[in-house]
Amino acid sequence: MSFGEPAPADQQPDSFTFTGENLARAQQIIARYPADRKQSAVMPLLDLAQRQHANWLPRAAMDAVADLLEMPKIRVYEVASFYTMYNKKPVGKHLVQVCTTTPCWLCGSDDIKRAIKDTTGVQAGHDHRHSDDGQFTVIEVECLGACVNAPMVQINDDYYEDLDYERMCGIIEALKRGDAVPVGSQTGRRGSQAQLGPTSLIERAPDAVRAAGAPRAGEGAD
Amino acid sequence: MLQDKDRIFTNLYGWEDWGLDAAKRRGVWDRTAELVALGRDRIIDEVKASGLRGRGGAGFPTGLKWSFMPKEVKDDRPHYLVINADESEPGTCKDRDILRYDPHRLIEGALVSAFAMGAHTCYIYIRGEFYNEASNIQRAIDQAYDAGLIGRNAAGSGWDFDLYLHRGAGAYICGEETALLESLEGKKGQPRNKPPFPAGAGLYGRPTTVNNVETVAVVPEILRRGGSWFGGLGRPKNSGTKLFCISGHVNQPCNVEEELGIPLRDLLDRHAGGVRGGWDNLKAVIPGGSSTPILPKAICDDVLMDFDSLKDAQSGLGTAGVIVMDRSTDVIYAIARLSYFYMHESCGQCTPCREGTGWLWRVMQRMVRGQARVEEIDMLLEVTKEIEGHTICAHGDASAWPIQGLIRHFRDEMVDRIRQYRDAAHADRPLPVAAE
Repeated sequence: MSFGEPAPADQQPDSFTFTGENLARAQQIIARYPADRKQSAVMPLLDLAQRQHANWLPRAAMDAVADLLEMPKIRVYEVASFYTMYNKKPVGKHLVQVCTTTPCWLCGSDDIKRAIKDTTGVQAGHDHRHSDDGQFTVIEVECLGACVNAPMVQINDDYYEDLDYERMCGIIEALKRGDAVPVGSQTGRRGSQAQLGPTSLIERAPDAVRAAGAPRAGEGAD
Repeated sequence: MLQDKDRIFTNLYGWEDWGLDAAKRRGVWDRTAELVALGRDRIIDEVKASGLRGRGGAGFPTGLKWSFMPKEVKDDRPHYLVINADESEPGTCKDRDILRYDPHRLIEGALVSAFAMGAHTCYIYIRGEFYNEASNIQRAIDQAYDAGLIGRNAAGSGWDFDLYLHRGAGAYICGEETALLESLEGKKGQPRNKPPFPAGAGLYGRPTTVNNVETVAVVPEILRRGGSWFGGLGRPKNSGTKLFCISGHVNQPCNVEEELGIPLRDLLDRHAGGVRGGWDNLKAVIPGGSSTPILPKAICDDVLMDFDSLKDAQSGLGTAGVIVMDRSTDVIYAIARLSYFYMHESCGQCTPCREGTGWLWRVMQRMVRGQARVEEIDMLLEVTKEIEGHTICAHGDASAWPIQGLIRHFRDEMVDRIRQYRDAAHADRPLPVAAE
C-alpha cells in the first residue's frame, strides 16, 4: 500500500542527528506512552525527523529513530515503508497531493489535474513526479476527508478546498511567486456549511452568514 | 426535521472560537463532575437507554460495547479508551469538524466515556493528513490540562485521566480498530484476528475500547439531557442525531446534523440545495461512505436515512457520507475509482484482499471501457463474493460491496457499455449488404 523505493545511495546523507530542540520534543513524545512501550513513538518520531530533513526521510534518519527507541532497524523501515506520508525520496518545496477519489472526481478533480499540468508541467499520477525546476512534487492521492469541499488538494500541511481550474492555477502561480495563499475554502465559505448560507443553527449564525439566507431546492442549478 | 435546540454540535461550522472559554459558553464542561458521579453502571445504562449506536460505520450499540469491558480493573492490566479519528472513508468529513471546531466536546466525552469503562488513559488516533485539526485538538488538550479538566482529579471528579494525541501517517486501514491498535503500538497497520476482541486484549494486550469521535462527543450531552431525550429523536433502534456529509452533485454540498431516519430526499432538498438540475436529474446515491452499496433513484425517492432502513435497501448508513450522482455521471467509473481506492489501501495481509482488490480494479477498468464480455459481469460478481467474508478484516467486504451494488442496479448500463464498445470496434468493417 505504500509506494516508492528509497532514494539511491548518492542522495542518502551519511548521518542524521536530531537537533537539540527536536530531541527534547522527541522525549516529550516518548513520555506519552508507557515506559516499556517506547516503540509506540515511532510514527511521531519519523514525522519529526522528516520535518527536520526537508520533508523526506533518509535511511540515516530511520536509523536514528531506531537507536532512540531501542528498536531493530527493520521494524522502523517496515513502518516507514507502510505509511504513505513518509517520503522516502526528496520532494519539492511544495508537495501537492491531489485527491481524485470518487467524491472529488464527481466535482471536477480532472480539471484540477489539468490546472496543475498547465502551471507546473507535471501530469499527476500515483507516484511522486517533479516539476523541472524542482519546486513542485505532485501526486494523486486517495480521499483526504474533505468531501463536501471537493475538489481539493493538500499542499504540504494545508488543505485548499472548493477548487476549480482557475482557482487551482491561481494557487500554483501564487506559490511560484512566493505569495501567501489563504488555506481552506477558496470560495470564502466557512468550513462545511452550505455555500449560500446555513440551513441549521441559523440563530447562532454570524450576521454576515445569516444575511446570505438559506438555500432552496434547485437554486444555483447549472 | 431536527430543531436547533436538539442539536449537539452547535459550532459545526466554526462560527465561534474552538477554545475553552467559547466551548464553555456552548455548554461543554457543564457539570462534568456530576456526570462522572452518576457512576459506571448508571452511565452505561443511560447510554444504552439512549439507543446510541456507533457513529464510525458499523452501528454497534455503544452502551453494550462498553459493557464488554471487564468490571474490575486489575493493577497490572490498565484499561484504555482509544478514539478513532482516522476519518478516511471516501465521502466522510464529519469528525474533522468536531476536531477543528469543537474539540472540547470530544475531550469532555473522552473523560466521561473513559471513566465509564474504567480507563485512566485515552489516546486519540487522528489521521496524519489532518495536521491543522491535530494542532487544534492538541491545543485544546493543553487548555484542558491547564484548567484542571483533565489530568489528576479531572474536572473535580476524583478520576485521574490522561489524554494523548497520536497522529497517523496515511493509511486508510488504520481506521479498522485492530489495525489502529497495531499502529498505535508502533507497527504496520495490519488488522488482528478476532477473537480476542479489544475489550479483552486490545492496546498493549490490555482491555481496550475503540470508539469513533462522534460517538464519544455526544455522550456528555446524552447524560446531561437524559438517554430518553436522545432516544426520542429519530426512529426506534435508530435513535438520535447524526452528522451527515453531503457531497457530489448537489447544489450546495455541506455537513449537517440531522435526525436519524430523515428521508434522503428531504436531507438533500432541505440542506444541500437539492440535486443539481432537480430531483429528476438524480441517477444514484452512495448513502453512507464508499463501502456502502450504491442506490438508484427509484430507491432514493423514499428511502430513510438510518441503519435499519438502509440495510433493508441492501445498503447501509455507514458513516453517513452521502455521495450524490446526477444523470451526467459515468456510474461505472465512479465505482471503478473506488476499486482503485480499495486496492491502494489494502494492507496486503490476506490473499483474497491483496490479490482480489487489484483484480477487481483491472476488470473494472475494462468494464468502464466496455472492453469485456457480458458473461464477465457474472464472473466479476462471483469474485466479489469470494473476497467477501474471507479476510481478517472488513476491507475485503468493503471492496466487494460497491461492485455488488453496481451490478445489482446498473447491470443494464454495463451491458450497454460492452455492446457499444463492440459496435464501435466493428464500425470500420463494411456493413453487410443484403443481396439484390
